[in-house]
Amino acid sequence: MTNPVTIAQEGRSAGPPGAAPSAAAVPDPATTDSTDVADVAIASTALTKRFRGGQVAVDAVDLAVPPGAVYGFLGPNGSGKTTTIRMLLGLVAPTAGSATLLGRGMPAAGRTVLPRVGALIEGPAFHPYLSGRANLARLDAADRTADPRTARHRIDAALARVGLGNAAGKRYRQYSLGMKQRLGLAGALLQPRDLLVLDEPTNGLDPQGTREVRTLIRELASDGTTVFVSSHLLAEIDQICSHVGIMSRGRLVLQGPLAELRGEQDAVLTLQTSAVPPAVDILRGLGLTVTEAGGDVVRAAAETAGAPAVQDVAVALVAAGVPILGLALTRPTLEELFVALTGEGFDVAR
Amino acid sequence: MSLADPTVDTISDHDLARPDPGRRGRSGFGRLLRSEVRLVFGRRRNQILLTVLGLVPLIIGTAVRLSNDGGSGDGPPFLNQITDNGLFLVFTALVVSLPLFLPLAVAIVSGDALAGEANLGTLRYLLTVPVSRSRLLVAKWLGSAAFAASAVGTVVLVGLVTGIALFPVGRVTLLSGTSVALSEGLVRGVGVGCLVVISLLGLVTIGLFVSSLTEVPVAAMATTVVIAVISAVLDGLPQVKVLHPYLLTHHWYDFDQLLRLSPDTGLLLTGVGVQLAYIAIFGAAAWSRFTTADVSA
Ligand SMILES: Nc1ncnc2c1ncn2[C@@H]1O[C@H](COP(=O)(O)OP(=O)(O)O)[C@@H](O)[C@H]1O
Ligand SMILES: [Mg+2]
Repeated sequence: MTNPVTIAQEGRSAGPPGAAPSAAAVPDPATTDSTDVADVAIASTALTKRFRGGQVAVDAVDLAVPPGAVYGFLGPNGSGKTTTIRMLLGLVAPTAGSATLLGRGMPAAGRTVLPRVGALIEGPAFHPYLSGRANLARLDAADRTADPRTARHRIDAALARVGLGNAAGKRYRQYSLGMKQRLGLAGALLQPRDLLVLDEPTNGLDPQGTREVRTLIRELASDGTTVFVSSHLLAEIDQICSHVGIMSRGRLVLQGPLAELRGEQDAVLTLQTSAVPPAVDILRGLGLTVTEAGGDVVRAAAETAGAPAVQDVAVALVAAGVPILGLALTRPTLEELFVALTGEGFDVAR
Repeated sequence: MSLADPTVDTISDHDLARPDPGRRGRSGFGRLLRSEVRLVFGRRRNQILLTVLGLVPLIIGTAVRLSNDGGSGDGPPFLNQITDNGLFLVFTALVVSLPLFLPLAVAIVSGDALAGEANLGTLRYLLTVPVSRSRLLVAKWLGSAAFAASAVGTVVLVGLVTGIALFPVGRVTLLSGTSVALSEGLVRGVGVGCLVVISLLGLVTIGLFVSSLTEVPVAAMATTVVIAVISAVLDGLPQVKVLHPYLLTHHWYDFDQLLRLSPDTGLLLTGVGVQLAYIAIFGAAAWSRFTTADVSA
């Protein structure tokens, strides 16, 4: 993590199936000494998946998710998030590259690592004719590390945690989309976990449900659980993430701590006024670089050294008799960052 | 982020002991198996299949009883013995169920075993619990085999109860003409049931293999039934006699050997051997497919 902000090099193409990972400096995860303390919760090296038919769904992705992070794995639909997650969890074999979870190579170490990992993958999936509780009981019964004596208690606790306590006896088929998503989360929370991998956990939830999920993720993270959460809705996630990785067309175009990524983008002062020319003069006089002036809007880069605070700008404008219709200091959203990086909108790219 | 972050400790090695993967190896499998059996037998569709199979001896017994027709010589094997001894209703019902009802029931459950979970998406969650793919395959095979056994058991039990209720039961006259005590007849009946179950295990395994190939359960079920039917059709064609000894269904009706004073054990063992061969071949195929396939459903 010497260089926390890494922007994937352009032009690196996936090797043919079976090609050696390009980053030779990283030790082969499969042979990593198993007594090592994991200093990354999730790591991947040139992780690549080419589906039959030739489409490269995931292209040389080097993930680095530090322990304790809430890592937002963002990208438009079809950008390869779910396929990456499937490879991390050992469901899909990579065409090339490798991955570790909690310091152990996957899929070889799945038996020891996956009990510590809770997962929601491409939406919830349960038996429709079983109740929510019976479905969780089935998952718990499949877990050889789970203590059957505490099953009932753990299942009820997980159901309560996601707010399904009252619907636990209902058949899954009768659940609404939001209830299904909650049951999926409950399944991931049946055991105390060191890592949660949540693929689009807010899909199908109403705004209230979305807020609840965000709160839940915050709570879990504050207990020390590393959370890897994917979304195609940037705005939904960026409030809770400590780190982000952004996928575009199968490639990880950007990853790092959110604060640093944000910090690299200049904050913008936006002034709405009916007197643009005098406003421009005043802003320049305060040492700001005006980047845009037209209509009734003036924008200036506000993050240069020695730039005045917003309230001082306001005072100066008022003192000069410039009418202020609106004044805001904004940082670019992740979406704008994404567009700036890829030159594309945040839409299905293929 | 900082590597000195206190949360690093939560992933230290001693914590690996928390969910201890080695702790409950076999009991863990027992739990999975019980869950699997509960899933198979708790499903309404499968309960209906068993009910339909139970109706077979019930209908035959009632029809024979009502018609009072004790021996025109037509109809399935053993039909004419039923009025003399109700025990033969069991064998008649098995012969009637073997061409379609039993293979259908077996194909529906075993064809659904993996494809059904893949179709629902529950497979990806089982595998990330994690359940090892080999264990899951074995649990699925055992669950399907248990269902096959219950299917046969239902025919045998309902046949027995109906036979006793509607017809006289006493010393059993074997096909070879000798008569043996009822108790020995019952033991032979149980033996027949076991043989029929074994005959179906090859089909169970084929169903499981087909099920590992697709995410569409109905396709797996239909393919499995078709395989059983094709085998029966080929078995009826003298032109392909050379194939007959290897066919899945060729030895399915050999159980009548157990109703003779001195059964041809060689023939029975050959039948069992054929089933074992099918289990081995398709079990290996299912294993190699299922343990390597991408789970992208
Ligand atoms: N099993 C599959 N076979 C072929 N192509 C697939 C398969 N799964 C996903 N893809 C393709 O891979 C790309 C990435 O998909 P996915 O990982 O699901 O994206 P995301 O989760 O970011 O929406 C998509 O173009 C999708 O069509
Ligand atoms: Mg997805």
